[in-house]
Amino acid sequence: MDFDYTESEQSFRQEVQDFLRENLPPKKDRDENFLKTWLEKVREKGWVGFSWPKAFGGSDGGLIEQAILKEEMALAKAPPLGTSMMGLAWVGPGIMEYGTEEQKKKFIPDILDSKVTWCTGYSEPNHGSDLAAIQCKAELVGDHYLVNGQKIWTTGAPWSQWIILLTRTDFKAKSKHEGITCFLVPMDSPGVEVKPIKNMAGDKHFAEIFFTDVQVPVENRLGAEGEGWKVTVSALANERSSIGEVTQMFSKLDELKDLVKSTRVQGKPAAEDPAVRRQLARFETKIAAMKYNGLRYLTKQIKGEPLSSETSVNKLHRASLEIEMDDFAVSLSGEAGLQLKGGENAVGGGSWSKSVLNWPNVVIGGGTPNIQRNIIAERILGLPKD
Amino acid sequence: MNFGFTEEQNLLREQVERFMRDDCSLAKVRELCNEQKGFDISLWEKIAELGWLALTIDPKYGGLGLKWVDLTVVLEETAKGLSPFPILSQALSSALIDSCGSEHQKERWLPKLANGEMICAIALYDEPNWISEDSIRSSVTLKEGSADLGGIKPFVNDANLATHLLVMARSDSGLKVAMIEKTQARINIQPTVDTTKPMASVTVDGVSVSRDDLMDCDVEKLDYITNCGALGTTAEMVGSSEALLNLTNEYAKQRIQFGAPIGKYQGVKHRLADIYVDLESFKSLCYYAAWCADDKPEEFARAVSMAKGYSSDAFNQIGIDGVGLHGAIGFTDEYDAQLYLKRSKWARPMFGDSNFHMERIAQLGGI
Repeated sequence: MDFDYTESEQSFRQEVQDFLRENLPPKKDRDENFLKTWLEKVREKGWVGFSWPKAFGGSDGGLIEQAILKEEMALAKAPPLGTSMMGLAWVGPGIMEYGTEEQKKKFIPDILDSKVTWCTGYSEPNHGSDLAAIQCKAELVGDHYLVNGQKIWTTGAPWSQWIILLTRTDFKAKSKHEGITCFLVPMDSPGVEVKPIKNMAGDKHFAEIFFTDVQVPVENRLGAEGEGWKVTVSALANERSSIGEVTQMFSKLDELKDLVKSTRVQGKPAAEDPAVRRQLARFETKIAAMKYNGLRYLTKQIKGEPLSSETSVNKLHRASLEIEMDDFAVSLSGEAGLQLKGGENAVGGGSWSKSVLNWPNVVIGGGTPNIQRNIIAERILGLPKD
Repeated sequence: MNFGFTEEQNLLREQVERFMRDDCSLAKVRELCNEQKGFDISLWEKIAELGWLALTIDPKYGGLGLKWVDLTVVLEETAKGLSPFPILSQALSSALIDSCGSEHQKERWLPKLANGEMICAIALYDEPNWISEDSIRSSVTLKEGSADLGGIKPFVNDANLATHLLVMARSDSGLKVAMIEKTQARINIQPTVDTTKPMASVTVDGVSVSRDDLMDCDVEKLDYITNCGALGTTAEMVGSSEALLNLTNEYAKQRIQFGAPIGKYQGVKHRLADIYVDLESFKSLCYYAAWCADDKPEEFARAVSMAKGYSSDAFNQIGIDGVGLHGAIGFTDEYDAQLYLKRSKWARPMFGDSNFHMERIAQLGGI
């Protein structure tokens, strides 16, 4: 066991810190060109798609360097390394693994250069957690597929240019995991209609998408016909270490501590209440557990040992912390905790009351907590499927 | 950055596994504990021969010069089978002597602890649920060449198994630790929930010790030993929790109700998944704390508090659910699940319960 970093890892950390000092001005000093310049500069450094092979424009970055990069970016509260979160997280890796040469040439550079934003067409009105049961239909007609059906809860759909779309090409397949086919579809194709859905926080991040006789050329199919489930599973397996998330949660905890220090409950400082103190310590302990779980799994990966579904452990922690920390802040602040941005007594500019309505973004997307529990029970503990 | 065990540590783990399987099965543990012997000298000698008592002792004093990470492996594996052997008490005694003893005292005692000839238990605090110097009431009066002890240490783990006791007491010139032979004190075994972790009161009124058997201690050293105790207890909780999870998980695969194994139902499988999440998490915290013990002392207190604070409550719930998910059979004396529930009750208050540790995390975190 050794938690120290090698010299070259330390100098990489130094390089990231130096870069951030030079290129990340305080929020108040950022002008309208800031984001564009930022994206160009991190691209130049090779930090967008850092882990991707050099042949595709990445940097072949190692697992520990990836973790260092994420940790430093999160500590500095830097903007993302690219505008297409999903493009970088799984569309790109999926194309690199299953795409044709033309697809790789066409899509990969635009993801790295933040020219194109991707969304993910998985969930349907009747199939969310039960993803493999999808019904959105694609049938081959001459040199193109005709897509008919509906997607829903598609995050980023209102502003994305492309969608990675899961469809069913075979309705008679023996198992629901067969007969699924994956496509790369421009959102401005005729027959695609996006209807944003307002969430309980008042935002319109996600949408319903209707596909009516949408023509998708055969060359836009990702992987073979009927191989869509395999493509999806392997793309989702590309999730990165959670070290960046952990760092974000530690800074959120710092904000929570500041709130506690400036709050009085029943006329007394909240920071003197043993129940409040213990709750903060419990949050801190859970986040630390996420950190060391992550490092343990990272070590396994570096040693080449197969990871099963251990990442679900941290997803469950993240889900409960995401809900509980905001909720704790709002509850501690009493009536003032209810006020939104603009309220005379809004706490933290209304950020806590806003996030107390926003947790489903993190908690539901990518698999609900009960799905994570099923994954752990079935894949790790070997219990029968239900 | 490497958060894993070495090849040697993996071999050590296999060695302990083998010992527990071949020599210290749960049937054997029941036999030892039901007869209130808690002990089998030939097995203790075997443990000593295998070197587990010498792990963290300096080679100068007959030890192996390894670290708490190595000891963690042994404690975790022995606790899977609820071993009643006082390996943790012995290790804490060695650490206490190493922290407080003079060169001469270390030379006298540590080799005998390393080879198992002396079996040592520690008596730190006098008040229940109070981890503080103020909780130490027992006294030591210094005289020319000797010292008189006074008081009762009411909650001493493994006192009945030991040959010697290390007694923490206060004197006019600060905290002292006295090494006494067990026969000098009055030992009263107490009936407790967990027979695999025997506990006794130790009356030291009128016990006289030579000044050679007295060591100087202070709050910092007391804290350090308490932290080591919390770490060792957590390592044992990791092992016991894993064993109970495996036992319950296997049962959930075999027990058929309503035409299917009960592990198919989400009410059961989700609880098992949550146990896995907790176990993985306090395991990570435990290993990190073990590493801090030797390699990052400035982080040790906080890391230990996180590990012990998390595991104390989580293991208690795992004990309840491990028994509960079995239904009525889990409640029977004959079935092993209940032994783990009892162990979880023992582990919860030892070297600080979760309230104590959470409060300390808050303090160390600037609240």
